[in-house]
Amino acid sequence: MSDASLDAPLAGQSSALTTANGQPLKQALMHAQAHAKRRAFYLVAPLLAFIVITFIVPIGQMLHRSVYNPGFSLHTNVSTGVETPLMTNLKVWFKENPDGTEPDEAAFAALAKDLLVLREVKAAGQAGTRINYELSGSRSMFTKAARRAKRLEPPYKEAILDLDKDWSDPALWRVMRDATSPYTMNFYLAALDRTKDETGSVTKVPENRQVYVKLFQRTLFLSILITFLCFVLAYPVAHLLATLPLSKSNLLMILVLLPFWTSLLVRTTSWMVLLQGQGVVNDTLVGMGLLDDGNRLQMMYNQLGTVISMTHILLPFMILPLYSVMRPINPSYVRAARSLGATSWTAFRRIYFPQTLPGIGAGALLVFILSVGYYITPALVGGADGQLISNLIAFHMQQSLNWSLAAALAALLLGGILILYWLYDRLVGIDNLKLG
Amino acid sequence: MALPKHASRLERIWHYTYLAICGAIFLFLMAPILIVMPLSFNAEPYFTFTDKMLSLDPEGYSTRWYDLLLTFGMLASDAPRDWSWWQDVWANSAWINAAKNSIVIGLFSTIISTTLGTIAALGLSRPEMPGRRLIMAILISPMIVPIIIVATGLFFFYSSISIQNWGIPYLGVILAHATLGIPFVIITVTATLVGFDRSLTRAAASMGADPITTFLRVQMPLILPGIISGALFAFVTSFDEVVVVLFVGGLDEQTIPRQMWNGIREQISPAILSVATILVLISVTLLATIELLRRRSERLRGIKQS
Repeated sequence: MSDASLDAPLAGQSSALTTANGQPLKQALMHAQAHAKRRAFYLVAPLLAFIVITFIVPIGQMLHRSVYNPGFSLHTNVSTGVETPLMTNLKVWFKENPDGTEPDEAAFAALAKDLLVLREVKAAGQAGTRINYELSGSRSMFTKAARRAKRLEPPYKEAILDLDKDWSDPALWRVMRDATSPYTMNFYLAALDRTKDETGSVTKVPENRQVYVKLFQRTLFLSILITFLCFVLAYPVAHLLATLPLSKSNLLMILVLLPFWTSLLVRTTSWMVLLQGQGVVNDTLVGMGLLDDGNRLQMMYNQLGTVISMTHILLPFMILPLYSVMRPINPSYVRAARSLGATSWTAFRRIYFPQTLPGIGAGALLVFILSVGYYITPALVGGADGQLISNLIAFHMQQSLNWSLAAALAALLLGGILILYWLYDRLVGIDNLKLG
Repeated sequence: MALPKHASRLERIWHYTYLAICGAIFLFLMAPILIVMPLSFNAEPYFTFTDKMLSLDPEGYSTRWYDLLLTFGMLASDAPRDWSWWQDVWANSAWINAAKNSIVIGLFSTIISTTLGTIAALGLSRPEMPGRRLIMAILISPMIVPIIIVATGLFFFYSSISIQNWGIPYLGVILAHATLGIPFVIITVTATLVGFDRSLTRAAASMGADPITTFLRVQMPLILPGIISGALFAFVTSFDEVVVVLFVGGLDEQTIPRQMWNGIREQISPAILSVATILVLISVTLLATIELLRRRSERLRGIKQS
């Protein structure tokens, strides 16, 4: 030890303590701590980098997709990778003339030039599709006009209107003006059943085309229903497991864990087998004489099928957190309440139930989060009216190929999920997530 | 849970009703699994018990659907069952090929997620880890974010970097499945590390062991059960995953779940049920293994504490 550190207390001065090599102790400690922090972080860093690349970046790209659609402004040749800007002349005209200007001869001349480019790089379908998202029926106008682009001669306005009168439609010009910029919020509007009218203000789409808000509502409703059913079914079972002696409850726990670890597809398939019109459940009911052979229950390919199978699949996610909260509850509390004169119902309601609330919260949040984004089961057993929002995202990804709309829907879903996830972390803590 | 002697009649009735309700819920949980197994031996192409099956007539049962799993996709399925027939099965049977793909994908993604996940769990369980809560939330999120969003994002990402031209088969699916398996590894390994006595590593270090030796000789044997169950969870996740494969997998990358998915969507046949039965048996085995590992881990830690 150095002299200074010995002298200091003797002299009654408040000079800092130091280590053997004369460094102030506080500083040395901070160094050591920073070193330890860095070492802990280095261990996590590779995985964090991996997750960022394979998970965060793809989701970021999807979010970018939801506001970015270059269909009307950039063409990329798939085989050569050559990029050609589209609609450059029209863009210039839009810039020079404010919103609402009647398209004049100059505008149509610009359009004719751009149609030639579309024809050259074979991008008429792509550009038409982009406009078609917001104004249905317009795709064919572009392909048709591009096919005849070479034969167009001034005055262009008449020539193009000759091809199709709809080219003078102000709504079309408004959409084209919007679409010349690849960045747009219109897909979010579409995902919320909104659109822009002639004056550019946001309005609802006609009643018969409002699908997405209804689907979000249905997803929400079914998820709440499934969560509630899971709670109702899980509570007695978890209570039984928590109050039985460990040797017996471990045995019964297998009945919960086995379905939990069985393949999702297997469980969905078995529900299809069970609930079909000619399936086991209907056959049993008919065989017992409870049901007439003519009017077998329709339990599959509708909402009922989705609800039954999803409740079954998500039930363990409710039982396990409930069980882990119920197990440590001291039975003497309820006994004390009983001895003080409470009926068994009052003792349950006032003493036992409040102690299980954390488990209910954890389980319900988990089941709700998982069911909101469910895809496989509704896709297989949901039929037409048992589909959830995930199924529509898949539809737009794989069939309608409106990727930006799919991305916008996915982004809205993701936003909701992240809020719930944050809530879960605040209330329950991710560390408390257990797997069996 | 035993009923006390002084219970009133009403309480007795309620008690037995309660047990009956619990029994019914357990039946609800197990019914799908219990039904699939016998039906996969159905001699007829139906999804319900035939009269012959109910009267336990051997004629009502057959293994034809298991046989179909082997012969489906073969070049010459009617040839005599000799060595070349089995070679044909191994090379051409659609389900066998799907199983091969599933195992390869599952194995590699499990190796990635277990290695990275275990190392990260070591860091996360240190008390001085900065930003622990946020990092943990990010690492667990692949389990929470809907699979369709993950698949959509990966679809855009992989096509922007054109991963299919890199010449590594299954790469996209393997990386995606590794990501999906990571939360399970993190959860199980950090759970085993919670009860870990840090003085053991300090003792090793004070006796001159470097950090790697300490990990391999002291820490690893103690947390191995946790690592293995994490790996098993990760493997099961990959083995059961269909959405990502559908979105980013190449046409030749058929896996068992994808094959099942197609089968269910097109024409559901009892052959699907025989696959389902095999998968249930696999999960029973895995569950038993995980349970044994958990007991072993508890025993190891119990010895340590005494």
